Amino acid sequence: MFWRKKDKSVNEPIVEIQERPKEQHPIEPVAVVEVQDAVTEQAIIQDELVLAQAEDEVETYESAAITAKDVEVHEVEIAQVELEPVVLPKRSLTKGIRSLFSRIKFDLENLEELESVLIQADFGVDASEAIVAEVKSRAKKSGAETEADLRLILTGLLTEKFGRDDRALKLDSGIQPYVILVVGVNGAGKTTTIGKLANWLTQGGAKVTLGAADTFRAAAVEQLETWATRSNSEIVKPTIEGQDPASVAFESAERAIASQSDVLIIDTAGRLQNKQGLMDELGKIRRVIEKNLAISEVLLVLDATTGQNALAQAKAFTEVANVTGIVLTKLDGTAKGGIVYSIQEQLDIPVKLVGIGEGIDDFGFFDASEFAIGLVGES
Amino acid sequence: MFGNLSERLVETFKNLRSKGKLTAADIDATLREIRRALLEADVALEVVKNFIAAVRERALGDEVSKALNPAQQVVQIVQEELVAILGGEQRRLSFAKNPPTVIMLAGLQGSGKTTLAGKLAKWLKDQGQTPILVACDLQRPNAVNQLQVIGERVGVPVFAPEAGNGVGNPVTVAKDAIKHAKQKQFSVVIVDTAGRLGIDEELMKQANDIRKATDPDEVLFVIDSMIGQDAVNVAKAFEEGVGITGVVLTKLDGDARGGAALSVAQVTGKPIIFASTGEGMEAFEPFYPDRMASRILDMGDILTLIEQAQKSFDEDQAREMAEKMAKDAFTLEDFLDQMQQLRKMGSIKNMLAMMPGANKLKNQLENIDEKEIDHTEAIIRSMTIKERKDPKILNGSRRLRIAKGSGMTVTDVNSLVNRFEQAAKMMKTMSRGGNPGIPGMPTGLAPMGRPQAKKAKGKKGSKSGNPAKRAAEAAGIELPKTDKGGSAFGLGG
Repeated sequence: MFWRKKDKSVNEPIVEIQERPKEQHPIEPVAVVEVQDAVTEQAIIQDELVLAQAEDEVETYESAAITAKDVEVHEVEIAQVELEPVVLPKRSLTKGIRSLFSRIKFDLENLEELESVLIQADFGVDASEAIVAEVKSRAKKSGAETEADLRLILTGLLTEKFGRDDRALKLDSGIQPYVILVVGVNGAGKTTTIGKLANWLTQGGAKVTLGAADTFRAAAVEQLETWATRSNSEIVKPTIEGQDPASVAFESAERAIASQSDVLIIDTAGRLQNKQGLMDELGKIRRVIEKNLAISEVLLVLDATTGQNALAQAKAFTEVANVTGIVLTKLDGTAKGGIVYSIQEQLDIPVKLVGIGEGIDDFGFFDASEFAIGLVGES
Repeated sequence: MFGNLSERLVETFKNLRSKGKLTAADIDATLREIRRALLEADVALEVVKNFIAAVRERALGDEVSKALNPAQQVVQIVQEELVAILGGEQRRLSFAKNPPTVIMLAGLQGSGKTTLAGKLAKWLKDQGQTPILVACDLQRPNAVNQLQVIGERVGVPVFAPEAGNGVGNPVTVAKDAIKHAKQKQFSVVIVDTAGRLGIDEELMKQANDIRKATDPDEVLFVIDSMIGQDAVNVAKAFEEGVGITGVVLTKLDGDARGGAALSVAQVTGKPIIFASTGEGMEAFEPFYPDRMASRILDMGDILTLIEQAQKSFDEDQAREMAEKMAKDAFTLEDFLDQMQQLRKMGSIKNMLAMMPGANKLKNQLENIDEKEIDHTEAIIRSMTIKERKDPKILNGSRRLRIAKGSGMTVTDVNSLVNRFEQAAKMMKTMSRGGNPGIPGMPTGLAPMGRPQAKKAKGKKGSKSGNPAKRAAEAAGIELPKTDKGGSAFGLGG
């Protein structure tokens, strides 16, 4: 769930906010609240500005800052008028994950079966063994007997293991534009993810610029351009064919600053993590962006159908690009994406988003308990 | 983190070293490791289960208990079974009697269909065919565009009447494409389709409709080699929903072990025809089952090595040799014998290069001088039989004669004799200590790496005068450091 303005025709924010008090979230701290918050505030400021202009035609940053402070007083009530909760297509997240236990009976004598089931969900041998051992010991402690009991234990365990409080996109530093760098292997779904994310942000009122730094794959730029149109975002394209992706990233940063975008999302070419040259290129892209802007999020896009190699991917990409979050795509298929369990355990990287289809709205925010319930099924 | 299979098998086999035979429990321990390795390589669980059962049956049979190195034999059975599944029905692309040959590509989103279409087109074109690409992915944004760019790159025309991005009917396009190809006399039609999920009934039906409309000679199922356990579900869905005739494995240039290949081959029973191995349009090759089997097991080409060793060596002879060594009856003649047998296996360099982890040893391998072995051989050959059997009788004039006969110097001869005596002593110790040596290889040669390695340490890097030993030394010093598996030629057991 996230919050956005009721009035969809949002004007572009003309004021850059230097400092934004964080403690004034009027609503529950859900993943994306921060960014929406920022946008809302800007919109509010702007409304105020219009008033201010009418009164004494002041339009400087200083006055804006003052106005912003004034606004804080009215914030709560205005926010309540302005905001409406937008529920993401939740159904598809739980619907997307098919229960593990369609075929087997799940009882104490049959816990080896649980191991098999977890392995089949790509949790990997080690993690599966560890989970089964933990379920066993918890079942012993609590004296669980029925299948329902065991399911509850497993759901609880998975929720616990997947649960963490840093799933929100960290778009809250107040220094805009926020930069989201999107990386991953070929065919993971980077461009599609960017399209969805951009659309979601612009719907919330943010001004989004896309940087087409995948200059390698045939028609990748055009594909991103299609998404830019669909999502109402701006796009920065390479000016010559096969341009150095780092230079496109650099220009994107400059343009995003110039156009006062709220968020800059940079698409990169798919690269297999064992290709050192391409991985170095990614490091360069990162450094070049950081000349102008701080990178808020580096999202690694992982195909949920990927097996144990996903761990190697996460390791390698984290090394060069300092991944801050995982986007797990294609969860609408039969794959479960269990490998993210090990990724989170071993590399401490949270899953932030999930992709559940090719449509522009087909994504959601990862939710540990939803995911666990989805996997284990209703008891 | 996990260590590769070779390393773990070495662990498993450690306690087997003193035993000559494998018990059922030993075999099960080995198979557990192999099971784990297969699962970590993403072979689907149900496939692993059937596979292990089949291997177990064979492993408990006669062929293992009679083998010189039973543990190694188990691994070889695994390899053979893997190859059997992967390459059971290895075949080439089939062409229509009356052109055009129609090839339809199908698979999940992001598996690499469009790129593959380009590679396939180029490959066919290079073989003198006149292919045409058909853009039936009207769903993904700019997929049509992408195919057009690719077509341009490889110089193959693209039939794309619809702009795509959700507009147009792929079945109609496919139908029209066949007409078009017949008219313009293209010899092969490659139909690129949209990525779809196996559970998406509507899209699977559409794929089936494209199939019906084009009556393809090949329906190639394109699958990402990084795919995990879901490979079986996906493969089943496409086999049932569309009906496939062959498989193409993509992104094999990554470092995924590619167990999916086994799952898909097993579940569909359809051959894997091609492997796609890079981003360039030429990175495309026929599928090699044996390479894939080794890759899944993560064992280098060690099994090729075993195979060669087994071809070249007579197991009884090897036993005899081991006994001789234990009894201190190991002579220069035996040594010559061994060297010749080693030679039968091909060059030492190539042999070592097949070891797991060998690519880390490239420098050391470069230093091995095959000529030194020739020299040693020449020296021994210049001795009389009596001299070879009892080097103690070698006095000054005999040594001079040998040096002249072999074209070497007396110093070389002295050095060889000295090294041989030292080595023989050491081998004696080693074989009493129950060192297993190289499987399938005369035990005498195998331990050379180790004793020599020790010696080298003591001498601070001086090289052995015995070229064969020196060669082993070069490898022996490094192998244990870089790759445990190498120390015992992979498996030690």
